[in-house]
Amino acid sequence: MNGTISRLAFQSLFGQKRWWVLVALPLLLMGLCLLVQVLTSGDAAATSFEPVIVVFGLGLVLPLVSLLVTTGVLGPEIDDGSIVYLLSKPVSRYVVALSKLVVAVAVTVVLGAGSLFVAGLILDPSQLGQALAVAVGAAVAGTAYCAAFVMLSAINRHGMISGLIYVLVFEGLLASWLSGLRFVSVSAFGRRIAEGLDDSLNLVAGNLPVTYAWLASLVVIVAGCYVAGRRLSRFQLRGDE
Amino acid sequence: MSVLELANTSRWYGNVVAVNDVSMQIGPGVTGLLGPNGAGKTTLIAMMSGFLAPSAGTVLLDGTPVWGNVSVYRAIGLVPEREASFGYLSGRQFVRANAELHKLSSPGEATERALGIVDLVEPAGRLISTYSKGMRQRIKLAAALVHDPAVLLLDEPFNGVDPRQRMHLMELLTRMGAEGRTVLFSSHILEEVEQIARHIEVIVSGRHAASGDFGAIRRLMTDRPNVYLVRSSDDRRLATVLMAAESVAGVQLEPRGGVQVQVTDFGEFAVALPRLARDHRISLREVTPTDESLESVFAYLVSA
Repeated sequence: MNGTISRLAFQSLFGQKRWWVLVALPLLLMGLCLLVQVLTSGDAAATSFEPVIVVFGLGLVLPLVSLLVTTGVLGPEIDDGSIVYLLSKPVSRYVVALSKLVVAVAVTVVLGAGSLFVAGLILDPSQLGQALAVAVGAAVAGTAYCAAFVMLSAINRHGMISGLIYVLVFEGLLASWLSGLRFVSVSAFGRRIAEGLDDSLNLVAGNLPVTYAWLASLVVIVAGCYVAGRRLSRFQLRGDE
Repeated sequence: MSVLELANTSRWYGNVVAVNDVSMQIGPGVTGLLGPNGAGKTTLIAMMSGFLAPSAGTVLLDGTPVWGNVSVYRAIGLVPEREASFGYLSGRQFVRANAELHKLSSPGEATERALGIVDLVEPAGRLISTYSKGMRQRIKLAAALVHDPAVLLLDEPFNGVDPRQRMHLMELLTRMGAEGRTVLFSSHILEEVEQIARHIEVIVSGRHAASGDFGAIRRLMTDRPNVYLVRSSDDRRLATVLMAAESVAGVQLEPRGGVQVQVTDFGEFAVALPRLARDHRISLREVTPTDESLESVFAYLVSA
């Protein structure tokens, strides 16, 4: 870990005007829960838990926050070549990659998992355990998302677009028809982990073994760190010519 | 004292050869890497700074390969052509981050020293996004100098910098070279290179076209016949006057106005033209080199 790299990554996310985009989705999620709660006069949990928490929260807000953060931390500097200022230093490229990923993960956990925790409590203040389980599942899934998006942007030029396709088409659309895809869906890992922590939860994750969900998340995370480090080690400076 | 050594270095992308079998040694002092756009200067600098693996041959810094070895950056300061997109940092924060990444024992002091060298102490508190092109160039230089490197590599450092700042930068590089640092900068402008570089390496289409001290290259350059278009208040009289000058081989009145002048010695002509014009009370309106296309200049150099 290198504190300077992490600090710069953090400043690049929040030092510019686009920080509000990151905060907008979590605020929307919490606002929606509040609205549902008010409109259903306190009976939201029974009717709205699945659509709000599972579909909108875990299915959309968490991966999109993670995608924005991950591509924001690594993408622009690689694309415009200014990452050479960070790489022309006697610091291992794996350390540079890890230090940036840690920031992406931390922001994803705070904004993504944090907002899901608050959203869960708004919907059903009596179920602290459920909210916590969802938050832990979301934190693990958010971390795995960051790693997965790093890998996606390493294998093609359009990190943002391939990330969106993974979230919206692969997980959002195909996985609901082809149940076998849950074995390669980060979202399913997160939901299953949350279910494993609190038996009363049903987050429609299918019959995925809980151990598998933990292990698969770990594999994705480790692979993501490795791919990011390797990408920076092989980074090539190109001129305009 | 550090020496960069390229031995039979080539780099290709697919079947496009960007750098073709280049061997050179770059030692202490200022070296100019001269070549037209697209000649492979950036590719060479990328290989020298460890940001590109040579497809064949080696790039060594004091005997150690540069590629895949982050410890070489203790000795290398790199000023890339690309802008630093750290507009959300102040100049001081940016330089200090560089100092910290080099794990210097007192990054604060090193930062102030580097800012002092490039004369940016006063605006260092402002965000980089508010800087002019010349200031950005200098803050990049400060970042590259913060760890007092033995080798300084600069890619097109004078591009888009105004004349006053250019002078300042040139003085700086000259000083760095005089201090015994190995300074290499690339440029596609001959006059720029010969002003400060003792040693010049010429690259044309990926090949090492010429190498030598600035006198030798200068002689090649000045012997080359040049054509200029001059517009003035009295073209015919100017043509008569110019024809008498030693450095002029021929003149021709252009049908659309102006005089085309064939020049044998550019340096002498540059001095003679304004003097002659003043002596004969002719006002010059425009002086344009007509065959200054770099390709023709370099083609001449290669054939020489």
